[in-house]
Amino acid sequence: MDLHFTSAKATPEERAAVDAALNGSHDSRARNDRRHRLLPVLHGINDRIGWISPGALNYACERLDVPPADAYGVATFYALFSTTPRAPRVVHVCDDIACLAAGAEELCTSLETTVRKPGESQDGGRTTWLRSPCLGLCDRAPAVLVTVAGDPPGAHQIAPVSSVELTDAVTSGAFAEGAPATAQVGGSELRLLRRVGHVDPGSLDEYRASGGYLGLRQALELGQEQTIAEIVASKLLGRGGAAFPTGRKMEAVASAPARPHYLVCNADESEPGTFKDRIVMEQDPFSVIEAMTIAAYATGCERGFIYIRGEYPLAARRLTNAIAAASERGLLGDDIMGRGVRFDVEIRRGAGAYICGEETALFNSIEGKRGEPRNKPPFPVQAGLFGKPTLVNNVETLVNLPLILLDGGAAYARVGTSNSTGTRLFCLSGAVARPGLYEVPHGTRLDALIEMAGGLPPQRSLQAILLGGAAGTLVTPEALSMPLTFEDARAAGTTLGSGVVMLFDDRVNLIAILHRIARFFRDESCGQCVPCRVGTVRQEEALQRLANGTQGERGVNLALLDEIGRAMRDASICGLGQTAANVIESARTRLELFS
Amino acid sequence: MIDLTIDGTPVGVADSSTILEACRQIGIDTPTLCFLESLTPVNACRVCVVELEGSRALVPACARRVEAGMVIHTDSERVRHSRKMVLEFLASSVDLSTAPDAQRYCKQYGADPERYGTAAATVEQPVKIDNQLYVRDYSKCILCYKCVEACGVDAQNTFAIATAGRGFEARISTEYDVGLPDSACVYCGNCIGVCPTGALMFSSEHELRTRGEWKEAEQTATDTICSYCGVGCTLTLHVQDNAIVKVTSPIENGVTRGHLCVKGRFGYAYVQNRPDEESGPESS
Repeated sequence: MDLHFTSAKATPEERAAVDAALNGSHDSRARNDRRHRLLPVLHGINDRIGWISPGALNYACERLDVPPADAYGVATFYALFSTTPRAPRVVHVCDDIACLAAGAEELCTSLETTVRKPGESQDGGRTTWLRSPCLGLCDRAPAVLVTVAGDPPGAHQIAPVSSVELTDAVTSGAFAEGAPATAQVGGSELRLLRRVGHVDPGSLDEYRASGGYLGLRQALELGQEQTIAEIVASKLLGRGGAAFPTGRKMEAVASAPARPHYLVCNADESEPGTFKDRIVMEQDPFSVIEAMTIAAYATGCERGFIYIRGEYPLAARRLTNAIAAASERGLLGDDIMGRGVRFDVEIRRGAGAYICGEETALFNSIEGKRGEPRNKPPFPVQAGLFGKPTLVNNVETLVNLPLILLDGGAAYARVGTSNSTGTRLFCLSGAVARPGLYEVPHGTRLDALIEMAGGLPPQRSLQAILLGGAAGTLVTPEALSMPLTFEDARAAGTTLGSGVVMLFDDRVNLIAILHRIARFFRDESCGQCVPCRVGTVRQEEALQRLANGTQGERGVNLALLDEIGRAMRDASICGLGQTAANVIESARTRLELFS
Repeated sequence: MIDLTIDGTPVGVADSSTILEACRQIGIDTPTLCFLESLTPVNACRVCVVELEGSRALVPACARRVEAGMVIHTDSERVRHSRKMVLEFLASSVDLSTAPDAQRYCKQYGADPERYGTAAATVEQPVKIDNQLYVRDYSKCILCYKCVEACGVDAQNTFAIATAGRGFEARISTEYDVGLPDSACVYCGNCIGVCPTGALMFSSEHELRTRGEWKEAEQTATDTICSYCGVGCTLTLHVQDNAIVKVTSPIENGVTRGHLCVKGRFGYAYVQNRPDEESGPESS
């Protein structure tokens, strides 16, 4: 490509950052086919230098053969990247719903008054702080993520964070990492979480000693077709929110004539209130790799990607370690288990964009483009990553596969209910005694699940429950008797979504929660289509007017909210815009807020 | 041949037609803003959405291919509502004063942008004048992506501009928003040619408009062949007060598909070699 560059030149350190990001690649494809390395290269620059300068971008574009305007469009798409000079240490303070209910606004206000405004630097220009959407640490709210640019770069989750710890982190860069991940204490009834807290997540030997890789061995014994048949028989439905039958998706990819086929593990878990995939990846990373290998074998994929959100540094480290260990022992590579099966996995880190959890936006992101969703059809099974047939599943869906292979599809289907088979991970946060990750068979009642988490703290009463995240619905305590299944949720007009169960007690200002959700969608809209780009802004403005306005204007603004919501749901390209009004609508119809 | 039903009328259209093409074949007027025959559909504006039976959400007519047995409604309450809202969203956030198509659709669908109040966020920003040939006024930009496509693989392959930022802050931009003279821009002006809102404009037109002297109704349009090279592009010379004020090319022209190069688009001064050419025609 005949490219034009401005006169800005990269510093030696910037060049080194770009070169290092490219050297890590075992990709020998031609120069004009390297666009897909753009996101890792931008990470390489931002992680080492702290921001992406015009000179650094020019050098990256030269190496990758990408037009600088295009690359700038990509760099400015992601919230974790800066294209203006920024302090190397950035404290990302979560002010999203779970943390908001746990006092995040007070933390931010105290930072603003005692330290600086967000974005301004502190500590001799070495530290700054920013407000952040959900960091996926809701079980330990309030939470912050500290990123430190350098060689090597650092990233640390602190949760829960106290006001003193936060001020220390911002003023002097001192911090201590928080407590380890919380999950339901193991018992024999646990399936997906059976290793969490019991098996060293860094040890392949321990993984194998606890039944690891028996599922893959069984799949290789059964052959591709029978492996898929077992998954179809299990009636496993996708856990990412859309509840599509996993077996059918796999059949479609396996039988797609175009080659190569790609496998993508969607680990861009960014739905506010969701942290299930993080805990699985942090605590049982080998299960993700084994599950991907089973899926890849069954559908004829030789190359897989794990797209993990940029805010999950520990999970990314543990998965990297798991991939290396599995490769070393012949469990990934050209001859898996000596059976001639070929499969390699590459980790791609997101960089702060909720929309990249949408599967087609995720493909674009991997391809080095802006994370804008594509129009469907074509569907991923026909034309997905790099335009090829692609199997894309989220982490929780995938880690069910080894269990299905071990037990057999029919036995798996006996857990749960007839239409919602297996167990399900739920992310409990907010007003519960023991927030954390819980695994229960489908069909368990919502109140029983909350009871497992110790119920509400003493002296509190339940005001509302958020099911399914920011794209889900708010329900009243009447929903407590609901069995947790796909079909019961649908019948009740709600969704299990990504497994979020966030409880709000009587002290929580729900209007503030709604505002935060409206702001979340405004911030996270990719901007591609008009209904979402402008609709999410108009929705937030109308909510603001409702909160401040007179009684007389109330009806007008409520009607307007309805009209905005309908247009976003009907006319947006993807699920983000289509669900951006859900919670607000449910707050009105179910909780009768504003009436 | 594929058979489908649109607004109760059976239609047979060629394979791989879009719903928009099927609608046009039977004379159903469908509003479009981001669509242009010469560019890849991006289906971003969503003003062309129609209701497809069996589909949860509305579908974009410009990009969705027809399938046998589709039943489509183009004038249902849902369709009219979404079109009206899209137009209101645009009219309340973007200056549409030089976007005749958008204005016409707003009237047609009863869009009322005033109801979002005076505090409604807009994309207003200063006009960018950094070269002698054209002006970029992104306060008028609806982010239809047409200019990016024309600058990129759909026409020019120059890649001087792209969408930068995200959400409501997304903007068409060069790298780091450098001026066009520092960018890859080759001044072909094909971005102006495809812009539906006047956000991108000839300097000559912008200056006349600023002085209140742009008189489109009085202009003549004369087709000729560009004299610079052997390709033979058709030029349409837009003339006001005996001076060329703009050069376009017909989109249906098989040679240009509406696109030109810098010489055909801007190299017209020699045919009206007058001392005041720099500042454009003076009104008499």
